Amino acid sequence: MNETASTLLIIAGVLVTLLTLSALLIWLERRLLGFWQERYGPNRVGPFGLLQVVADMIKIFMKEDWVPPFADKAVFVIAPAVIIVTILMSFAVVPFTPSIVVADLNVGLLFFLAMSSLSAYSVVLAGWASNNKYSLLGGLRASAQMLSYEVFMGLSLMGVVMLAGSFSLRDIVAAQQGVWFCIPQVLGFIIFLIAGLAETKRVPFDIPEAEAELVAGFHTEYSGMKFGMFFVGEYLGIILISAMITVLFFGGWQGPWLPPVVWFSIKTFLFICLFILLRAALPRLRFDQLMTFGWKVMLPLALVNLTVTGALVLVGHPPE
Amino acid sequence: MTQTAIVDELRKQFGSDTFGRQETGDGIPTVWTTKERAREVLGYLKTEAERPYKMLYDLTAIDERVRRVRQDQSPSDFTLVYHLLSFERNEDVRLKIPLMERTASLPTITDLWPAANWYEREVWDLFGITFAGHPHLRRILTPPTWQGHPLRKDHPARATEMGRFYLPEDRQEAEEAALKFRPEEWGMKRSRETSDFMFLNMGPAHTGTHGILRLVLQLDEERIVDVVPDIGYHHRGAEKMGERQTWHTFIPYTDRIDYLGGVMNELPYVLAVEKLAGINVPDRAKVIRVMMAEFFRLASHLVWYGTFAQDVGQLSPVFYMFTDRERIFHIVEAICGGRMHPEWFRIGGVAQDLPEGWDKLVREFLDYLPPRLAEYDDMVMRNAIFKARTQGVGRYSTEEAIEWGVTGPGLRATGFEWDFRKQRPYSGYDQFEFDIPIAQHGDCYDRAVVRVEEMRQSLRIIEQCLNHMPDGPYKADHPLTTPPIKERTMHDIETLITHFLSVSWGPVIPAGEAFVGIEATKGSNGYYLVSDGTPWPYRVRIRTPSFPHMQMVPLISRGLLLADLLAILGSVDFVLADVDR
Repeated sequence: MNETASTLLIIAGVLVTLLTLSALLIWLERRLLGFWQERYGPNRVGPFGLLQVVADMIKIFMKEDWVPPFADKAVFVIAPAVIIVTILMSFAVVPFTPSIVVADLNVGLLFFLAMSSLSAYSVVLAGWASNNKYSLLGGLRASAQMLSYEVFMGLSLMGVVMLAGSFSLRDIVAAQQGVWFCIPQVLGFIIFLIAGLAETKRVPFDIPEAEAELVAGFHTEYSGMKFGMFFVGEYLGIILISAMITVLFFGGWQGPWLPPVVWFSIKTFLFICLFILLRAALPRLRFDQLMTFGWKVMLPLALVNLTVTGALVLVGHPPE
Repeated sequence: MTQTAIVDELRKQFGSDTFGRQETGDGIPTVWTTKERAREVLGYLKTEAERPYKMLYDLTAIDERVRRVRQDQSPSDFTLVYHLLSFERNEDVRLKIPLMERTASLPTITDLWPAANWYEREVWDLFGITFAGHPHLRRILTPPTWQGHPLRKDHPARATEMGRFYLPEDRQEAEEAALKFRPEEWGMKRSRETSDFMFLNMGPAHTGTHGILRLVLQLDEERIVDVVPDIGYHHRGAEKMGERQTWHTFIPYTDRIDYLGGVMNELPYVLAVEKLAGINVPDRAKVIRVMMAEFFRLASHLVWYGTFAQDVGQLSPVFYMFTDRERIFHIVEAICGGRMHPEWFRIGGVAQDLPEGWDKLVREFLDYLPPRLAEYDDMVMRNAIFKARTQGVGRYSTEEAIEWGVTGPGLRATGFEWDFRKQRPYSGYDQFEFDIPIAQHGDCYDRAVVRVEEMRQSLRIIEQCLNHMPDGPYKADHPLTTPPIKERTMHDIETLITHFLSVSWGPVIPAGEAFVGIEATKGSNGYYLVSDGTPWPYRVRIRTPSFPHMQMVPLISRGLLLADLLAILGSVDFVLADVDR
């Protein structure tokens, strides 16, 4: 009984924290971008403009919930929910501290990969259901992009699994007691970072929404809260990938003096800022360039990483 | 000085009775021939003549039906004007064809110059002159449902002359239906063996088109099979307006042609008027003009730089460049009072002398910008993704550029060193030291390279203006200078009368014709003015660079991806008001 209550508490806590954070992240990104672009960003509503998010939320909730008459209504409504649900599900396996984890699955990493593949459907379905040529092109690009990065994303993580000897994310963090995996798995880390950028559809891989050419890509026809869900979904995705990088390569909650949850937050926050900085700095690739890059550069590199790690593990710990 | 060599050549080739000769204020050899011979003569000039006239620089018409002063011209209701440019001679030639209203038709020259396509459509649209054999002779600047041909003298120039405008629902639907794109009309297929093509309507309101431009794309997945630009959404009838403004009050309209170019647009206009009026502008006015024009070249290039980076997905540069542009506007405002459209040049000089402290502002800016430009090189030009998106995309050769009427940075990016500031110095440009940057490949990246380097050269020119600003008057001492010099008006009655007339009616510019083309921000911008000895122009022809550049977009986009089209549009650097006028 007690255990059920604590689990429920954790679930509620994680949910509330994540949704608040993703809203705050919108503010953070706008302020940071402003800072890097010689302008202020939102600074009028509340202290440092912090309440801007609240104002935006009120606005977005008040908007008419409109579905274009030419759209495929059911799919149109489901698509934005898919992205939120799958990303929130992924958080279930993320160990924030040794004690705070919703579900410590022994296949946690696989569960994360499965969910991230599912979240791509959200974009493809949104593009298809909108019945708009720009959205369709956005959806097509999203599926091409997914096909390109999913493969090397999964492969890049197998080195970590070999070193830790487990798919459980808690075990993976525990295995980084001595040295964080970003040292032995530096290649894996870089590949996963790039795949993570593609997964969240952030610059330079924001190809499915490419506002210069596709207006707003897959979510051109969306407005109000449904658009808001894509928006929040994008920021949840950034938090998720940053958290996963922390867990898989930077020792998760580990660190001296400070409590585990603080260490986890600091590391994750730094990667979130990195994502935002990249957005301020880089142009966008063309989708054929992304595919070429994925299949011809990233996939071979991931395979090399896998082979070398495997060989070293074999030499270090020969099978009994 | 009129160059007569080509006239003698033509007479030798085709017989001396074929050509009438007209004296013009600009010294460009102007010859008249019949419409039967036009094609033959143009073909000779383009290919057979020694040092040929390779570029169709402009093609336009004049409605002559109410013109009074027409010395040494063939009688005609309409006159078609071909303006050719020879790079090897560094000379122009103007060929005029007289047409009668009932038989206002002649053979097309689209097979000689592909660039003639849009020009002939424009002439048909605005004058009702038909071109036999033209592939798509349809309206280009006015809506497809428009009645009449606006540049004819009997077409009303104001909305108030046209009766009230109503838009009932059925008419609105008819207008919308008229805009529907039908691939068959453009000789396009809707499908090929294995799949259907997607026809994507990009614009008139689209984030990537930099204004109201409509591009209909024929797509095979994301690959561009063909592009049909539909222009005219920004057409405001600037040329028609010229016919009802005085010579002086038309100046503000010129600012808004290439709306990023500010006073740069005024320059060819006032230069052409001064040529007609025979005004010599004092040195100080010339240098002030050059300085302000170069400031606007910088401002325009900065906008292009930022938006081009944004077109390929880079978010930040545009904010930096707009900050810099704001600094330029700060100086412009201090000097002219206005910002984007200062309407500051005057016939015979400039509106006011430079204010006290202008040199400090300019010097601060000269110190401010170069380090920023160096930073942008790292941020944009040396960025690997930026290079991957722009190198080898949207290429064309020097020959193609000349064939399609491309001027400015787009021409120089193909390795051809041609800048009107150097080749035909105007407003004292021959007194300045600056280089003409060129690049070799003629792709999107090289067009960027040329413009970025041009900004540094503009800074050099501004610095020389700052260091060597001559003393003296800022306006010519000439009766036609507008507004006239006022000092002596209270001393003798003649000056007072002249001043009064010139301010209230505007100056009466002597009858004649003159053309001046300059190196504007986007290419060669030229004004061809016809005066009938009245206080207003008889005809104002505005030759803008963006018009032929836009016409070339389909040629360089075919076979590329949708994302490449955005890079091409960004690199071509057009302004829709400059395309549509």
